[in-house]
Amino acid sequence: MLRVMLAGSLVAWAAAVQAAGMGADDARHLLLRTGFDAPPAEVARFARLTRAQGVDSILAGTHQEARTPLPPEVLEWTDPRTLRGMSPEERKAFQQDLRRRALALKGWWLDEMVTTDSPLTERMTLFWHNHFTSSMQKVRSPALMARQNALLRRYALGDFGALLHAVAKDPAMLVFLDGARNRRSHPNENFAREVMELFTLGVGHYSESDVREAARAYTGWSIDPADGSYRWRPFMHDRGVKTVLGQTGDFDGDQVLDILLAQPATAKFVTAKLWREFVSPQPDERELGRIAADFRASGYQIRVALRELLLSDAFWAPANRDTLVKSPVELVVGTVRRYGVRYDDPRPLVFALHQLGQDLFAPPDVRGWPGGEEWITTQTLLARKQFLARVFRGEQARRMSPMAMAADVLAPEYELK
Amino acid sequence: MRRRDFLAASVAALALPRLALAQQGAYRRLLVLVEMKGGNDGLNTVVPYADRAYYDLRPRIGIARDAVLQLDERTGLHPSLEPLMPLWRAGELALVQGVGYPQPNLSHFRSIEIWDTASASDQYLSRGWLARAFDANPAPAGFAADGVAVGGHDMGPLAGGRRAIALNDPGQFQRQARLVRAEGRSANPALEHILRVEAEIAQAASRLSADVPFATEFPKSPFGNAVRAAAELAANRSGVAAIRLTLDGFDTHENQPMRQQRLLGELAVGLAALKSALLEIKRWDETLVMSYAEFGRRPRENASGGTDHGTANAHFVAGGRVRGGLYGAAPDFGALEGGNLRHAVDFRSLYATALASWWGLDASRALGGRFPTLELLRA
Repeated sequence: MLRVMLAGSLVAWAAAVQAAGMGADDARHLLLRTGFDAPPAEVARFARLTRAQGVDSILAGTHQEARTPLPPEVLEWTDPRTLRGMSPEERKAFQQDLRRRALALKGWWLDEMVTTDSPLTERMTLFWHNHFTSSMQKVRSPALMARQNALLRRYALGDFGALLHAVAKDPAMLVFLDGARNRRSHPNENFAREVMELFTLGVGHYSESDVREAARAYTGWSIDPADGSYRWRPFMHDRGVKTVLGQTGDFDGDQVLDILLAQPATAKFVTAKLWREFVSPQPDERELGRIAADFRASGYQIRVALRELLLSDAFWAPANRDTLVKSPVELVVGTVRRYGVRYDDPRPLVFALHQLGQDLFAPPDVRGWPGGEEWITTQTLLARKQFLARVFRGEQARRMSPMAMAADVLAPEYELK
Repeated sequence: MRRRDFLAASVAALALPRLALAQQGAYRRLLVLVEMKGGNDGLNTVVPYADRAYYDLRPRIGIARDAVLQLDERTGLHPSLEPLMPLWRAGELALVQGVGYPQPNLSHFRSIEIWDTASASDQYLSRGWLARAFDANPAPAGFAADGVAVGGHDMGPLAGGRRAIALNDPGQFQRQARLVRAEGRSANPALEHILRVEAEIAQAASRLSADVPFATEFPKSPFGNAVRAAAELAANRSGVAAIRLTLDGFDTHENQPMRQQRLLGELAVGLAALKSALLEIKRWDETLVMSYAEFGRRPRENASGGTDHGTANAHFVAGGRVRGGLYGAAPDFGALEGGNLRHAVDFRSLYATALASWWGLDASRALGGRFPTLELLRA
């Protein structure tokens, strides 16, 4: 811990020596990487701060709740048992209503990202949405997806261990990875496998037997169909002895999650993912090891890992700038924020995200959006340019030099951050 | 694609101009790969309906004997595959059972990587098996592309290909292509990637002919649109050598019967439409359609009315020159390994059949070893 503080204060001291502040290039880099593209005034404001002041100001500005009011219809809950009694017409109407509410939810998040005073809060919420994935395609409930989104935001810069425990019993997750259907008689391995492969340890740190044994421990977690809340069903739980990662006991699901959290591989896996999100495509092994160890020693405080990443030499190294591909969300929201694009209805922007390959609340599979260079294929690159060209055609009437802007945003460099 | 691979690919292309010229004729034949993403349950697709053990393992979700489309006295198709029965009766549909690989991996992502790169279970390769095949034997320079991924979220077997493109709709692709200016190179790998994709767009768009009128009615679904795009690409005068389509949703851990019924139905009407469209442009005899997926599913059903990740699987091979029938080996439920099927046919044998028997190329180079071809093509 002492080492962390020393390293932190050294960086702060070195930055203070520069006295005049980080300057516009650094400021734009910091804002692009921790949020979305920013208007010139905001870049100028950060340019006057030191790097450490800038990072700390961004971290201090995060919050645990969205500011945009959620449209009330998004939270409507339908007991799935009532669906069985519906006529085909009623069912069709229900599906249409479901799509309408899902679209309202997507538009709401987009509005929040465009208007938030803490872009990092939304970037981290999206980061966890892409880590602890769930998809509307399977969950079929805007209410559950909205509640999961609120959960991810509450813990977005908090305690990773608490987040893991909470999201494991989150109803949308229990539907998405079949946890609610996992019972003693025939365990369903879906969640047990993905939690080790994708949420904590990463491939190569567990065996098939660990998956099967852990699946037994997670039995009993379920959902109350009356209101869609989490419900413990003891009669579905397997109380027998399980062996997971070399430890044996009559574990329940929370105990197995603690076994996963105790593994150093978990800290490294999550830190590497944060590195690829914020710093560069290829983590530096030594730095990664250091930050992962500090992350684990802090009791998995996400804020600790993130602060170290943002103040690392690698984050500011010229060689690592413009080496990450903007996600569709960053491209769309960043363009809207940077150029002050006005809109009345978020739905065309939501649709654009879908075209660009990042349909909010509907990642392609449990691994999430693969990201990086995979954002750019012949198909999606054309869709990105088409979107940008349209935005600036629409803006022509009220902007000074739309054609110059269009040339900027159509340049290949605009796809990078 | 990493810069390293790009350079390696360019070098390979430069080193082999003679061979490439000699092979031009091969790619008059088209390969269409259909990914059944999520891992289709092969046991409820090609059903061993005479095997008691099958119904013991699947008391709730097994396909009833009187519901299957009987192919012979012990094997039948899922009833949703009815639209494929004309192909079966015409002897143009081969069903390969027991396709898998040694030391199977049950992770979606690792296993599809193994399938996409044609690697061994413990071998990590970064580029797709078709991309490697095209290194040694590129499609002729006049082609719009070596391979096209239609829909889907990745390039799959085309990943890392020098002239591989992704599109959803050839006409729209061509109209939008004026937004790119293909010029310049960069030492920044991300920027280099974007520049390379821009160059691919410009090259492909200059050669694609779009909006081909078909009398065939394509299904009104995302997969139906993908089939239409494949047919338009097949009709295109500049040519493409391979097309990859994706139908997603086969990860049926729960409520499998309803979901698989819908998906197999979509697949079947889509493939029937593909045949009809290819007959219109007289290319059905020049086309080989082959399905693939990351894995099959566990023989024993789970408590959610679904199946968990498994190993060996059944796959479709169809086309005007296919010798229809059953290939591979019927599932042996008496010899399960950790509850999963042992494989009878290595998936790379399917690839070897496409490369060697269909295109007349040296398969062992792209596949990193010799795999016997399946004799499922007519001479």
